[in-house]
Amino acid sequence: MRYLPLTDADRAEMLEMIGVDSVDALFEDVPQTARLDGPVDLPRHKSEMEVERLLTQISRKNIAASEAPFFVGAGAYKHHIPSSVDHLIQRSEYLTSYTPYQPEISQGTLQTLFEFQTQVALLTGMEVANASMYDGSTACGEAVLMACRITKRRKAILSGNLHPHYAAATHTLAKYMDIEIKDDAAKPGGLDDIAADIPDDVACVVVQNPDVFGQVHDLEPIAKAAHEKGALLIAVFTEAVSLGLMKTPGAMGADIVVGEGQSIGVGLQFGGPHVGLFACRNDRNYIRNLPGRLAGETVDADGRRGFVLTLSTREQHIRRDKATSNICTNSGLMTLAWTIHMSLLGDTGLRTMAQLSHEKACELADRLSAISGVELVTDAFFNEFTLRLPKNAADVVEALAEKGVLGGVPASRLYPGKGYDDLLIVAATETNTDSDLDAFEAALKEVL
Amino acid sequence: MAMNTQGRPSAPLHTPDPGAYDDTFSGSRGLDQAEPLIFERQTYDKTGVDFETPKGTKSRLGALERTEDLGLPGLSEPEAMRHYVRLSRKNYAIDIGLYPLGSCTMKHNPRLNEKMARLPGFSDVHPLQPQSTVQGAFELIGELAHWLMTLTNMPTVAMSPKAGAHGELCGMMAIRAALDARGESHRRRVLVPESAHGTNPATAVQCGFFCDEIPAGPDGRVDMEAFKAKLGDDVAAIMLTNPNTCGLFERDIRAIADAIHEAGGYFYCDGANFNAISGRVRPGDLGVDAMHFNLHKTYSTPHGGGGPGAGPTVLSEALAKFAPLPFVIKEGDSWRMVEDEADARAQGAQPFGRMVAFHGQMGMFTRAMSYMLSHGADGLKQASEDAVLNANYILARLKDVMTPSFDGLCMHEALFDDRFLKDTGVTTLDFAKAMIDEGYHPMTMYFPLVVHGAMLIEPTESESKASVDRFCDTLEALAHAAKAGETERFTAAPRFAPAKRLDETRAARQPVLRWTPAASEA
Amino acid sequence: MSTRFTKDHEWIRVEGEEGVMGITAYAAEQLGDVVFVELPEVGKTVAQGDELAVVESVKAASEVYAPVSGEIIEVNSALEDAPATVNEAPQGEGWFVKIKLSDKAQLDAMMDDAAYAEHTK
Ligand SMILES: Cc1ncc(COP(=O)(O)O)c(C=O)c1O
Repeated sequence: MRYLPLTDADRAEMLEMIGVDSVDALFEDVPQTARLDGPVDLPRHKSEMEVERLLTQISRKNIAASEAPFFVGAGAYKHHIPSSVDHLIQRSEYLTSYTPYQPEISQGTLQTLFEFQTQVALLTGMEVANASMYDGSTACGEAVLMACRITKRRKAILSGNLHPHYAAATHTLAKYMDIEIKDDAAKPGGLDDIAADIPDDVACVVVQNPDVFGQVHDLEPIAKAAHEKGALLIAVFTEAVSLGLMKTPGAMGADIVVGEGQSIGVGLQFGGPHVGLFACRNDRNYIRNLPGRLAGETVDADGRRGFVLTLSTREQHIRRDKATSNICTNSGLMTLAWTIHMSLLGDTGLRTMAQLSHEKACELADRLSAISGVELVTDAFFNEFTLRLPKNAADVVEALAEKGVLGGVPASRLYPGKGYDDLLIVAATETNTDSDLDAFEAALKEVL
Repeated sequence: MAMNTQGRPSAPLHTPDPGAYDDTFSGSRGLDQAEPLIFERQTYDKTGVDFETPKGTKSRLGALERTEDLGLPGLSEPEAMRHYVRLSRKNYAIDIGLYPLGSCTMKHNPRLNEKMARLPGFSDVHPLQPQSTVQGAFELIGELAHWLMTLTNMPTVAMSPKAGAHGELCGMMAIRAALDARGESHRRRVLVPESAHGTNPATAVQCGFFCDEIPAGPDGRVDMEAFKAKLGDDVAAIMLTNPNTCGLFERDIRAIADAIHEAGGYFYCDGANFNAISGRVRPGDLGVDAMHFNLHKTYSTPHGGGGPGAGPTVLSEALAKFAPLPFVIKEGDSWRMVEDEADARAQGAQPFGRMVAFHGQMGMFTRAMSYMLSHGADGLKQASEDAVLNANYILARLKDVMTPSFDGLCMHEALFDDRFLKDTGVTTLDFAKAMIDEGYHPMTMYFPLVVHGAMLIEPTESESKASVDRFCDTLEALAHAAKAGETERFTAAPRFAPAKRLDETRAARQPVLRWTPAASEA
Repeated sequence: MSTRFTKDHEWIRVEGEEGVMGITAYAAEQLGDVVFVELPEVGKTVAQGDELAVVESVKAASEVYAPVSGEIIEVNSALEDAPATVNEAPQGEGWFVKIKLSDKAQLDAMMDDAAYAEHTK
């Protein structure tokens, strides 16, 4: 077995040193009835060649995003990732290290985390950020729990235009925590009037921008209305690239900003691993209630700058049942991919990438909504928009796939049974070429 | 007060004497390059990514368009390469040396896994593509699920949890749902051994339970009498790590399972230490109701400096139908993902909810699958045997110079405490830092909490005998040095690492969590 | 009145109906560098033995219990920005809260200087 360095001679010598006569003796504490006589009922070991052949075959049963004109979004987006990102994250020192608990020999990871936190704060217009959560949806749930701790209230209102998976993950996290969650009704192309009637005992309102249908919103009035009632505004994004062009949630008054970072550096990955971004105000009450890890700056014994994981008394390994969250392993390597890609982009590159995504989406929306019977539901959007089709959108998506176009997400897949059968959510990014747009337009015409 | 005296020194004792250090002009020290933060380069007009030129179409964002810059610096590709490569060299890693971090299973990460995970058919696939275009992805999930269920002899596995702690949440929520369905929502007490990992109590609380600690017996295992005394009709579950965090197999595990079941509770097993028994012992045969895997431990998906992980969670017959959304099923020759509640109910399931957007850590599934296929049933068994053998060899070689916390053999990790350092002026922390100077990553320290100054050593199966011997020689020499009064060797350590001991007190008292322009001018 | 001590390393000094309390020099030494103190809200009533505050060092959090029953009338908010005071002057400027005692008799069972010194030997 190519991964196991011990030889039979080693094993025998080691058993002798230990003073037992067989490996079985090392398992003497296992109840007799639970010891297996032989290997479990699974195939025997395979060579690299065999494994590669097998898995490649399985992978070919999928259509990869780069193999087709691709317009699927709704929480994960296909963007270009520079080759250097994937090379760098495969460096042994990043790939095969653990959480940086020993700062003297983990300054590489710690400094990149510190840079990551700073970039996330800058991107969201917030003051501080943590070292990541699993993904955007769990970050959203954790933000609601955090808002409840900060305000000492136990109610939350979720916008109906929040990605339904995010709402569901939030419900699950809050389910047994004595937190009451109210879901507003969805409103494709608009926004539920969340600011109108915020009760006095609400901890937070949660609004996604751009929302799940792609529509963009001014969060400022919502922030104001929430603050008047002593509630926090949690701003959510699923498309980090939108912040390349849009006003930051921080500038619009958000108190906590969470989102999915997958668009930058990570890729589609069939949904995971992704990277949850989590930023907030620099207020002691906020910082002390943050979930997850934090890298902080300090000095070493020589007075040289260095970084450590800090404020750990919030976390499970120290605070146990009183921890702010049970999260331990987070999205380490994905934060690295994110921060490398963001360092390559900078303000300039990010703006261009966002501008291109926006332009392509605008052009596509115009062309598709010009098809007879197709209506554009979202009037202001970044790179994702919703169309009303004259046919069932799920069927249309299947028919488009047969024509080799991956043409978006039927809203009914996210809101089953809610009467959105004719809505199609379409995303475009800088990766789409003119011929992709042509292909989509032509295919949709044929299918409708 | 409940004095928690793990308040070990967290700020370095040695204040520097500037004259005593012959620092370089550049701040670099040979291969160890000084590297500023990217923000300090002030390169705001640069980018390392070329795009086609935008057409300049007027934006449709109206007043929501941002007019000012964010302040994100950009680097050209050569600058970025150098920045991250330089920083990488300040990290220890498995590929550099033995990484004996107990409870973390720092084994070799095969590069075949990386290659397989990057096949475009796996990595470049969208979670909401039409299901007909992702049949291979579902097949892979289904195949991995089959391996995990076979290795545990359990009927169901929930694939979506994102890491071990998330898997705990999955299992405990399934337990909560099962209790609610039984009309026994009043059961809120969860028994957690004091040696448990911090995620266990933290998870229990997130499910609305509260924890009741079970003390460890003198043999490092659950104290059966104490455990039985705590059973009652308000008990929801026990959360037990097996092999436990002392590196010991819970001998009475069957009796524990029977007793908790008899008392009407469930048995959650923390599977973080599954590497000791994978392919050799099946938790389903031990009476377990739920157990998470840490694919990033047992099945070698890389730790990546703190993640990502993956925490698929197997569930017993009693809990199976409460598994979270989504899940894949096979219908005839094709696969289907069940994504919503109504669909799930039609399948006879009663999911407790959805834990995440999308379907879990696909990138980790492909890596784990590649590892498992490579090993096969025979290799997985051999791997756990070698892991246990290496740990016992270390225990046997060091038992006379260091102090093992418990008598007898261990499983895949060996636990020592700081009795051998008594009166030497050297603490567990100092000892660990001296290991850094010797070229090793320290073992897990001060965990588990049941022994004083714990040192938990997990070599894994990836080490050759020669490697383990060198490691033992070094630890032996260090133990002798400590006893011989070479205190400075320890208290001033590390001396040869990219950084000296860091002032954690300062970091916590005046938190600086990001770069700001003002701070760098000061 | 002189300072009284609990076996859990809290001290209290009472004048009239009011007491000022904190953690002992011994406890502060054992904990190492204190990096944060979480204090209760003014106006809260506590029973003897209730959790009153949390002292944090870098790697540990320890609960501090109310040495006596009563109402919190003042907290030492200076500790928020200067937690090191707990290490520097645990039984002086590093005090935690002032309590209005509801049962002075509770003091009788507590240790005096000499007894506490013996207790921590
Ligand atoms: C015993 C034990 N349980 C649970 C966990 C949590 O797993 P994860 O970090 O994957 O969330 C760990 C890992 O650190 C562990 O060692």
